[in-house]
Amino acid sequence: MPELTITLNHFVVLSAILFCIGLFGVFTKRNAVAVLICIELMLNAVNINLVAFSKFITPGLFIGQIFSIFVITVAAAEVGVGLAIIIAIYRNRLNVDLDNFDWLKW
Amino acid sequence: MLVEFAMMHAWLVPLLPALAFLLIVFLTRPFEKLSSAITVGAMAISCVIAIFAAYGIFTNHEYANQPLVYAAKWLSLGSSGSADSLLVQVGVQLDPVSAMMMVMVSFIATFIFLYSVGYMKGDPGYSVFFSYLSLFGASMLLLVISSNLLQMFVAWELVGLCSYLLIGFYTHKISAREAAKKAFVTCRVADFGLLLGLLALQITFHTLDLVELGNRIQHFGTYGVSIGMLTLIAVLVFIGPIGKSGQFPLHVWLPDAMEGPTPVSALIHAATMVVAGVYLVGRTMFLFHEVEPAMQLVAVTGGFTALFAASIALTQREIKRILAYSTVSQLGYMMLALGVGSLGAGMFHMWTHAFFKALMFLGAGSVLTALHHKADVWEMGGLIKKMPITGWTFVIGGLAIAGIPPFAGFWSKDEILSTTLAEGHYVLFAMAAITAFLTAFYMWRMIFLAFFGAEKPENHPQESPWTMTVPLLVLAVGAIGAGWLGTPWHNLWAEWIYFGHPLHEAANYPVMLLSIVLAVGGIYLAYTMYLKDVQKRRAQRMAAWFGPVHRMLYNKYYIDELYLWFNHALVDGAARLFYLFDIYVVDGIVNGIGAIARTSGDGLRVFQTGRLQNYALIFFLGVLAVAVLVTLTGHDAFSQVLGGVK
Repeated sequence: MPELTITLNHFVVLSAILFCIGLFGVFTKRNAVAVLICIELMLNAVNINLVAFSKFITPGLFIGQIFSIFVITVAAAEVGVGLAIIIAIYRNRLNVDLDNFDWLKW
Repeated sequence: MLVEFAMMHAWLVPLLPALAFLLIVFLTRPFEKLSSAITVGAMAISCVIAIFAAYGIFTNHEYANQPLVYAAKWLSLGSSGSADSLLVQVGVQLDPVSAMMMVMVSFIATFIFLYSVGYMKGDPGYSVFFSYLSLFGASMLLLVISSNLLQMFVAWELVGLCSYLLIGFYTHKISAREAAKKAFVTCRVADFGLLLGLLALQITFHTLDLVELGNRIQHFGTYGVSIGMLTLIAVLVFIGPIGKSGQFPLHVWLPDAMEGPTPVSALIHAATMVVAGVYLVGRTMFLFHEVEPAMQLVAVTGGFTALFAASIALTQREIKRILAYSTVSQLGYMMLALGVGSLGAGMFHMWTHAFFKALMFLGAGSVLTALHHKADVWEMGGLIKKMPITGWTFVIGGLAIAGIPPFAGFWSKDEILSTTLAEGHYVLFAMAAITAFLTAFYMWRMIFLAFFGAEKPENHPQESPWTMTVPLLVLAVGAIGAGWLGTPWHNLWAEWIYFGHPLHEAANYPVMLLSIVLAVGGIYLAYTMYLKDVQKRRAQRMAAWFGPVHRMLYNKYYIDELYLWFNHALVDGAARLFYLFDIYVVDGIVNGIGAIARTSGDGLRVFQTGRLQNYALIFFLGVLAVAVLVTLTGHDAFSQVLGGVK
């Protein structure tokens, strides 16, 4: 069994797969909560990228790690606002199906 | 001492009436007596200063060739000294011509202002009227003493404005409003020509200063000006006087201007403003003198206008209208005199005409007041018994304008006739002679119909108050004596006022005899037709014999109708054409652009679903497309747009 070394490529591919899953979910999910979860997925894919690049290209500087902590913080805030909006919509419409939310139209 | 002061401070002459205008407008409008007193007082002081200044000018013969000029810089544009720079000055130019004019304007204005005190009594716009009169006096005097053409043009427009305001003074009368507009528009048409002429002068000779311009035009070749160009400039400048001085074909406004109060007709539209055109031609004589065709144009226009207007006056019925056509005709005489090269004769006729025409207008005003504005001479008659002062002064005016010696008009008209003959313009001489006959006839037709013959029982005329009769008497003295300055035997006038060199015409007795015969003949014909023949049968027979001619004259050769037709056919027709252009082409472009925006919007709004997921997808696809493009082409432009990503 050949020795398996985990290189930067593996992390990048993982993050790309994760990102694509999230993107697909954002485009296709009906439920607003599910869309929010998918957005989290995309953000975390980016986090993996940041940390991986930081580790392999500039080890010891921890720039990517610090940056990803910021991303997590912002993501938490974003989820807070997003959920608040969804709850507000739900109170009005008893429904969080995104197909119904087309009021931004002309 | 006083003379010295007056000569060096001649700018006070227009300034005082201007101050009177401001004073009335801002302070004394509610106090009618005070307003009129200020107006008359300011003009009287101006008149005194003018007389002193003129005394100074006329006692030193140097000023006849070398005018007294002083000017202040108003503004300058461009670097001074260079050919493109523009230096605008306000200044005073005193020489015999302007001194004479200054005295004439201020003197006649003083008495007409005094007359207005009586004439306008009880009018609701009393103070306003006097403020306008003051403004007019100021602008006219400014025009007279101007040392450069631009200043003159400003004053020229100001007197035009005053004319407009005063013709339309009775704003409740539609005819007055229309007449005011007509006067203003007609004069504006002419002023445009003048303005173009002045611009051309400034561009080619780099100055509008009268003395300097006179020097430069003598050597116009060195300024790169061809004779054709100079002719064009002269003709353009002459268009202004055609309008202002009521020459054919722009005379139409002057008879209508009689809608204004009578003092206005007398002052502005007979004695002073309308001679501004003649004065301008006189002032720019150096320009006209250089180009023979322009001189001929002036002479022919003048001679034709004289005859033309006199023929219209033959058939008119309203007293002021007859006088108005007579004014047009006499202005034609002045132009004729200038055109044949005699500045002295033109200015002399202007001088005498101002007295007798102002006198006759004021007399007409006195009659109109007495008859409660009944203007038709056929409805008057025998007025001289009830209004002796008005009547006899009017008769003096009539004798003066007809050219009976020793009254003023005889000398000046004789001067024009003999000069025209001496210069060899036989056709113009014949026209002027016929005009002299017609003038005597139509003036005395009016006098016989209005003042003599049987009294009309429905009229109850009364003599006017002293403020109106005193000016009449003073002007009557002028109408008698103003011409004695220029008798052929001792021609004081020609020694002072001339262009180039003094013109000394020896007394031409045949011409003198001819003009006396023509005048007496005209008066006698009027006497037989309108006084001796009580039933006026001969007059009616004449009118019937010459039916079409009579109708044509009565309708003023249909010139007004011609202008109306021109207006309807060409101006309105062109306007309709341009309206269509506006509707279909201009509006078409504007609406077309709007329609493009609307239809493209209609098409594109299909993509706006309102669903965030669709937008996200489109956004993603867009980013993908750009990324693919950059990767495949490796194009620098894309790289730069995307911030240097390679």
